Amino acid sequence: MVISADTGSSQTALRPDLDIISQWITPGSRVLDLGCGDGTLLAHLWDTRQVSGYGLEIDSGNIAKCIRAGVNVIQTDLDAGLSDFDEASFDYVVMTQTLQAVYYPARLLDEMLRVGREGIVTFPNFGHWRCRMHVALRGRMPVSRTLPEEWYNTPNIHLCTLRDFEALCAKKGIRILQRTVVDYAHHSNFAMSLLPNLLGEIALYRFQRIK
Amino acid sequence: MTELTELLLADSVGLVTPQILRFDDPLPLDCGRTLASYDLIYETYGELNAARSNAVLICHALSGDHHAAGYHSAKDRKPGWWDSCIGPGKPFDTRHFFVVSVNNLGGCKGSTGPTTINPATGQPYGPDFPIVTVKDWVRSQARLADHLGVKQWAAVIGGSLGGMQVLQWSIDYPARIRHALVIAAAPKLSAQNIAFNEVARQAIMSDPDFHAGHYYAHDVIPRRGLMLARMLGHITYLSDDLMRAKFGRELREGKLNFGFDVEFQVESYLRYQGRAFVERFDANTYLLMTKALDYFDPASDYGHDLSAALQGVTASFLVVAFTGDWRFAPARSREIVRALLDGDKDVSYAEIEANEGHDAFLMPIPRYMEVLDAFMRRVAAEGGL
Repeated sequence: MVISADTGSSQTALRPDLDIISQWITPGSRVLDLGCGDGTLLAHLWDTRQVSGYGLEIDSGNIAKCIRAGVNVIQTDLDAGLSDFDEASFDYVVMTQTLQAVYYPARLLDEMLRVGREGIVTFPNFGHWRCRMHVALRGRMPVSRTLPEEWYNTPNIHLCTLRDFEALCAKKGIRILQRTVVDYAHHSNFAMSLLPNLLGEIALYRFQRIK
Repeated sequence: MTELTELLLADSVGLVTPQILRFDDPLPLDCGRTLASYDLIYETYGELNAARSNAVLICHALSGDHHAAGYHSAKDRKPGWWDSCIGPGKPFDTRHFFVVSVNNLGGCKGSTGPTTINPATGQPYGPDFPIVTVKDWVRSQARLADHLGVKQWAAVIGGSLGGMQVLQWSIDYPARIRHALVIAAAPKLSAQNIAFNEVARQAIMSDPDFHAGHYYAHDVIPRRGLMLARMLGHITYLSDDLMRAKFGRELREGKLNFGFDVEFQVESYLRYQGRAFVERFDANTYLLMTKALDYFDPASDYGHDLSAALQGVTASFLVVAFTGDWRFAPARSREIVRALLDGDKDVSYAEIEANEGHDAFLMPIPRYMEVLDAFMRRVAAEGGL
């Protein structure tokens, strides 16, 4: 499974959404980053929020980068679950641009909220108008700035829209605490907040289990 | 190999001379016996800094010794066993670190062991040398550290049985080790691991030349037994994939001879490895080392709970495993990682894709070197080196 090809290549472009995430995170908390890529987010959170915790990453090319960045990284396959971690051992479990690339996203959401108090995910919104146009007018699978691969070689095997994600959360008894949508450059505007599922290219969510 | 060109390579530690240190302070052992006095032979590479904060300890595996890097003479055909990692510009960079490598007690390369003369009898210890444990080794290494003026190692590093010593260091002397590199190791042997060791021991002990361990007095060595033990061990160090790639079913003479002489290349290779080993290793030491492996189980002191055993460690860990290693498979390293995660310890884990089997930890595999290098840079940076 190649989930970090995507995170890795767009790492510089991702920085603004890391900013948004770090604003959501209480200083001094414990964070588990699933699919942590080269460790940019955790290193950033370490610097700006004094968090502690671990990154999980499958791509061997990223392990040394994480170590060099001072991040505690565990090389592992997220589809194998988070059985190495105890219940409620983290304040936040974060997963940026990875949910759509795992085999069992629903199960992983459960796992996130088993080991963490809150979950944070970001994913490319398949409901964005450009994606819809691709299918509606051209009859082709969308290829866009946030989804640059063709259908046959994309690591993104479980794409969803904002509504899809929220429907899954409702079904699973997950309460959404915060939602932001941004464009490819991670800017937001008023129109986007009115029509997030149509105008948002990337979705960011913070959520917890309904007690 | 042309000696001088190799010696002058910029990334070699060059010519090294082992040192022998005599201890007259009795060393209590786990078995209940005491070594009244003993020698430890060791080598060092690089310079100890004024603050004595840049020392790293290399722990060797089953058949290893203190000669980890460089050459003893310009005529040496091969450098020390971990030369791929130790030297200027290599992961254990001698421009920053003072690297110490010691031959363990019970060894046969200069530290006190079965081949040493027992002062009480005037004869070699032979089978009477006490069975030493990983804990005993760590205790003796701590005394070496005292002698060198090293209060705290910047890192303790080892692969396989060496990795077990690292784990023991982190548990027994948490304040004396800042970083721990545990490579291709396991928190204890499995029944299968012990079974392989037992077959190796039986091979040695059933050799008519073994003489219950007193073969020195008969001026023989249990050549066939030790050779068999090494052949068996060697199979477990390699992977099926590697053996297939290296030998396949290739025949030495290109045809079957319907006999029991060497026919397949792999047979020839194993016999060569076995014979070469007999020339450089002592059978009693081999028996001792396999016992130290079998006995290693730090969790047993903590109700068989590895997390509890590691509760007090303060070192920052790097754990490395290799995908093609079936002797100490990645799942075994994951047990260590999991126990460290339980205690919220600083740990990173790398699973290196490699088909070289257990021996991969000795190979300069690029991803592996990259990970070691990255971690050692952190060791240097955190120590202000």
